[in-house]
Amino acid sequence: MCGYFREITSINLKFKHIDILKYIELVFTDYTLRTITLGTAILGAICGMLGSFAVLKKQSLLGDAISHAALPGIAIAFLITGTKDSNVLLIGALVSGLIGAFWIRGITRNTHLKSDTALGLILSTFFGFGMLLLTYIQKLPDANQSGLDKFLFGQAATLLVSDVWFMAIITFVCIIVLLLFWKEFKLLLFDPDFTKTLGFNTKFLDILITSFIVLAIVMGLQTVGVVLMSALLLAPAAAARQWTNSLRVMVMLAAMFGSLSGVLGTAISSSQANLSTGPVIVLIAGVFVLISFIFSPSRGLLFKQLRLIQNRKDLELHKTLTFMYDIAKNHHNKSHPHTIKILNNFQGFTKKTLQQLEHKNYITVEGQQWAMTEKGYEFAENMYNQQMVETHE
Amino acid sequence: MKNPNQKLAVAVDDLTVAYNYKPVLWDIDLAIPEGVLMAIVGPNGAGKSTLIKAILGILDPIAGSVQIYGKPYDKQRKLVAYVPQKGSVDWDFPTTAVDVVTMGTYGSLGWIKRPGRKEKKAALEALEKVGMLAFKDRQISQLSGGQQQRVFLARALVQDASIYFMDEPFQGVDATTEIAIINILKELRKKGKTVIVVHHDLQTVPEYFDWVTFLNVKKIATGPVKDIFNDDNLTKTYGINYKVSVQK
Repeated sequence: MCGYFREITSINLKFKHIDILKYIELVFTDYTLRTITLGTAILGAICGMLGSFAVLKKQSLLGDAISHAALPGIAIAFLITGTKDSNVLLIGALVSGLIGAFWIRGITRNTHLKSDTALGLILSTFFGFGMLLLTYIQKLPDANQSGLDKFLFGQAATLLVSDVWFMAIITFVCIIVLLLFWKEFKLLLFDPDFTKTLGFNTKFLDILITSFIVLAIVMGLQTVGVVLMSALLLAPAAAARQWTNSLRVMVMLAAMFGSLSGVLGTAISSSQANLSTGPVIVLIAGVFVLISFIFSPSRGLLFKQLRLIQNRKDLELHKTLTFMYDIAKNHHNKSHPHTIKILNNFQGFTKKTLQQLEHKNYITVEGQQWAMTEKGYEFAENMYNQQMVETHE
Repeated sequence: MKNPNQKLAVAVDDLTVAYNYKPVLWDIDLAIPEGVLMAIVGPNGAGKSTLIKAILGILDPIAGSVQIYGKPYDKQRKLVAYVPQKGSVDWDFPTTAVDVVTMGTYGSLGWIKRPGRKEKKAALEALEKVGMLAFKDRQISQLSGGQQQRVFLARALVQDASIYFMDEPFQGVDATTEIAIINILKELRKKGKTVIVVHHDLQTVPEYFDWVTFLNVKKIATGPVKDIFNDDNLTKTYGINYKVSVQK
């Protein structure tokens, strides 16, 4: 029965080139589209929130390892029960995801291996095993095996209202837990040793947050798939970090970016027929990251570069002015004219610098001669004194 | 100086810690009297930080016990404050100076309860004590190394403890900060607090501290600086013929 409905919905979704207004209208009128849009929005939000914690815990790869570790669980659940009911398969995914996650935790705590090694190890071993099982299932004589591989890249069209309800409930519980233990989580992320000395049970907190991360990933498998799931966890968080220096704002922004990625991704993929939803959602999240890394005012590459250029220019001006000051202060008349040639010994000097200094009324230029103004002399004197103080501190 | 021998602040018994079967601390007995300002010195890898971490329960020792004022550490947490090594946290974490200092109040708040006006006020006072009030809303990555260390110190001050453990508080700080920090430590001692500091600069030991523990996997010696801070113990600890010009 379930499978039948899923096929219907995926046919419904094959809209051909519809315009935006029509699309928005459809979101509110078309039952299936509304379900998928809501589902991806909620998924994006919970992934963004929890992703912030994974990123700040320096466990960006954890999501990748967990999602790959979930694959054999899906295959085994199918082999045992023989059904393709998503709920059953996702329980399998949850179990094997949890095993993978806590195995990683165990390896890093009890051996010499670093966490990236443990993550890589679990990721590839579980994924390899999962792929092996998938190919085995495909070769079974009576298996209507097609359908399991949808978990590799996800298939948003298979989302049911009940799935969305489940996501909403988990997200709600997750928000409550985050609010309750906000202080403890923040402390644990920033300084785990200190957290321990204060008497908080860091093991409990760690297991709590890891379990929610596993839950979020398993929920996303149906929509985004094993391979791309970790991007939805990390991208919104990485983008959000660029815009704020407050953990609270970061988590909220990440939830928003994740949600928007879900909604926009669904919109684009369903208005351009046959585009797979999961990859489009991840691409949109990637665009958020790109924009954030370039345009963020405090941490973005663009403004950093602009500030660098501005600083360099200022420095050049100040250097020239200091040099002029050194010459001018030896004369009784501060505004005594000097030839420009004097400055040629000085490396940073260009004509443009002179023009800018003149423009600021720090100097006057007449023919081949320059002279300091009262204002320029004062400015240079201040700067000079400041430099002396700083170097002697 | 008052007589420090009346009461034991910290008593460590037969403490042994191993990483992967290799002992890092071997059978440490340590009795730290109340009200001393004590340096723990020893070469790299001597287990100085490990000793503090084992006392505070961050690491599990394979043997031994620790008592704080005669009771197990678990029951006495509120009497103890801790300043970890500055390098042990990520200073790019999205938070501000005052926020980090407020974390010192989390222990007394306990689970779930959020810091309120009282906690915020305590945090601001501590920031003022370390001369960092002007930087309270600064993102912590935008503080200098010395300023970050002061923030950590302020966080411990907020804990309002009786015993302070500090892991290399002078590492990578400028001279001004070093003087500011040692003045605060001396003030703590004056109030009868016990301060235990992992320290690297042997030259400053006699000037800063009144008690010292020499450590190199095993405990070499512990006692008043004026009695035991000598070339003999230094040589035993560092394994080379050590001559330090001790200014008394």
